[in-house]
Amino acid sequence: MMSDSAEQPRSVGRLITAKRGRSKLHWSDVFSYVYLGLGVLLMFAPVVWLALSSFKTPAGLLEFPPTLLPLGQISVEVPGYDDPLLMFSTTMEDGSVRELAQVRRIGIVATMLDPNDPDQTFSVPITQNEPIREVRMAWENYSGPLERFNFMSYLWNSVIVTTAATIVTLLINSMAAYGLSIYEFRGRNAIMLFVIGTLMIPITVILVPMYLVVTSMGMVNSLWAVILPGAATPTGVFLLRQYMLTIPKDLIEAARMDKASEWQIYWRVVMPLALPAIAVLAIFSIMWRWNEFLWPLIVLSRSEVYTLQVGLNAFQGELNVQWHYILAMTVVTLIPVVLVFAFLQKFITTGIASSGMK
Amino acid sequence: MPEKNANTSLSDRLTAIAAIPVVLFFRLFEAPFRFVQKIGGLKAMPYIFLLPNLAFFGVFVVVPLFINFSFSFTGGTNIFLSERVYTGTEQYEFLFDCGNYLDPQSCREDRFWKAIFNTMTFVVLQVSSLVALSLVTALILNRKIRARGFFRAVFFFPVLLSPVVVALIWKWILLRDGILNAFLVSIGLERILFFISPEWAMFWAIFVSIWSQMGFYMLILLAGLQAIPPDLYEAAEMDGTSPERVFWRITLPLLWPNLLVVVVLALIKGVQVFDEVFVLTGGGPGTATQFIVQYIYTTGFASSVQNFGLASAASVVLGLVLFVLTLAQLAAVRRKNDV
Repeated sequence: MMSDSAEQPRSVGRLITAKRGRSKLHWSDVFSYVYLGLGVLLMFAPVVWLALSSFKTPAGLLEFPPTLLPLGQISVEVPGYDDPLLMFSTTMEDGSVRELAQVRRIGIVATMLDPNDPDQTFSVPITQNEPIREVRMAWENYSGPLERFNFMSYLWNSVIVTTAATIVTLLINSMAAYGLSIYEFRGRNAIMLFVIGTLMIPITVILVPMYLVVTSMGMVNSLWAVILPGAATPTGVFLLRQYMLTIPKDLIEAARMDKASEWQIYWRVVMPLALPAIAVLAIFSIMWRWNEFLWPLIVLSRSEVYTLQVGLNAFQGELNVQWHYILAMTVVTLIPVVLVFAFLQKFITTGIASSGMK
Repeated sequence: MPEKNANTSLSDRLTAIAAIPVVLFFRLFEAPFRFVQKIGGLKAMPYIFLLPNLAFFGVFVVVPLFINFSFSFTGGTNIFLSERVYTGTEQYEFLFDCGNYLDPQSCREDRFWKAIFNTMTFVVLQVSSLVALSLVTALILNRKIRARGFFRAVFFFPVLLSPVVVALIWKWILLRDGILNAFLVSIGLERILFFISPEWAMFWAIFVSIWSQMGFYMLILLAGLQAIPPDLYEAAEMDGTSPERVFWRITLPLLWPNLLVVVVLALIKGVQVFDEVFVLTGGGPGTATQFIVQYIYTTGFASSVQNFGLASAASVVLGLVLFVLTLAQLAAVRRKNDV
């Protein structure tokens, strides 16, 4: 178990830093905080930069050096002109600076007017013009892919795969864990060994034959090809079994006395008691499935069945990369994971720390 | 407090409503299972409960594992085994036909050997830096610092991001007109085309994979550090032992089993590197960041001629490496549990 409290001073740190004199900081304290500060920057800044960039217009993204915030040029409606006019901060001949709207531009000379006094126009070289800009979010980066492309169907496919696979995983893994923890039977250890053995076979080693199996079952280019193969996870069985072993046998005996069937004991007695472990497995399963890439990339070759990850990869591999859409879609892909993490951080970190799995 | 009661009963009611489909679902199976129990008796039940899971393992893991071997002894482009030609060990001979094993250029299948060399470079550099950084971070987070939970979360969250997202985040930073190049230009340096230079591409492949995985290993090491009994440190303090000595004599030996597990886990994952690097560099420039899994993927699935036999043979080679590493993992875990 991890403890958040810094109350138990049991670290080497305390010894290394054993403060010499109350107020003086030891060099290692300084080092620690500098390290952590840089760490926060390095871990967060890329994601923040992604989020900020995702609100920039295609023109804004092309700028070099890039601006920190998404900016858009201010424009004003001037009576007598049909289209809104773009605002510039213009350095006049006498050296004064005025905010003017551009009426038209011919070559390197722009015709400007003061929006407050639209009758008078000036001709200035465009080198004297500096656009006036304000923070403006390009929401169309987000709405665009939803309307055009198949982005909505990618999103939908990912949701279906994640939900269906998690349900199947929870059901069959909890059944197996129940069988392996509640009963004493011939071959139990052999099956346990078999389960641990399959834990050792990563998917990267059996890609080709898995593809054959999925093809023979006629599942290529259907979501089932992504949902089913990974549904039985040895880690899941292992995690649930360890938890179910702690359930007192008397409870099960008592239920049997009451003429409960084995299936009833499974879902009415054991499952509710194993809920914490099931929650952990559910979180992991959701993460695995939402983020899965290599296998969907292999079995899903038609864009209607792409999941988000495969779809994103296809977009970024296009000849004419539309970064403004890609960045926005990346943010959308990231949101569920961030939400899950924000709310369930404790579950996840203790789950990993205690089982050493990811 | 009536208000609180109202709240709980509302949430209770919502839970009950949400549970209805679940309950109905499980009820559905009650009759068939009762029937099976009547016929087979209690003795049959564990097997019944295990059946679905084992069927999945069998169909999607065990059978494929054996088919993999048969595949690697066949040629042709048909996916169905019955339509494939038996070629004996030809695929393996092709893979291992080298003038000089230290020079990928001299091999008939130079892409394979390039991938092996790339993977070895990657694994050595990535795993050593990854473990060192995780250890330093865990040691610092184990100190008496403020806001430890916050810092732990900060280092951990990239673990949960999908490899595709991680790769796109960094690709956006590293592009020709990206923010990193803007920074370089602003301090008076030249722009660097990171994805054109083989060395830089490899560097960023390693960097990005460390960025996204470090939190996981840090967490395991932190758990290990917190499991070290505090009285050891107290005793050392009473004896006036120097902090360096405490680290080498107490912390490191007691953390060693955890460290070993972390190293082996990182090795197993490192050998299988694919996702984030594939999206980040596409294996390029040329084949500079093409790793063994990408070789399998390209050979078997992404080329116009799908060479399943060759891909299987390469998978078997990868499988053997992973098998050895897994034995090391088992030994490491056993040692950890013994201590």
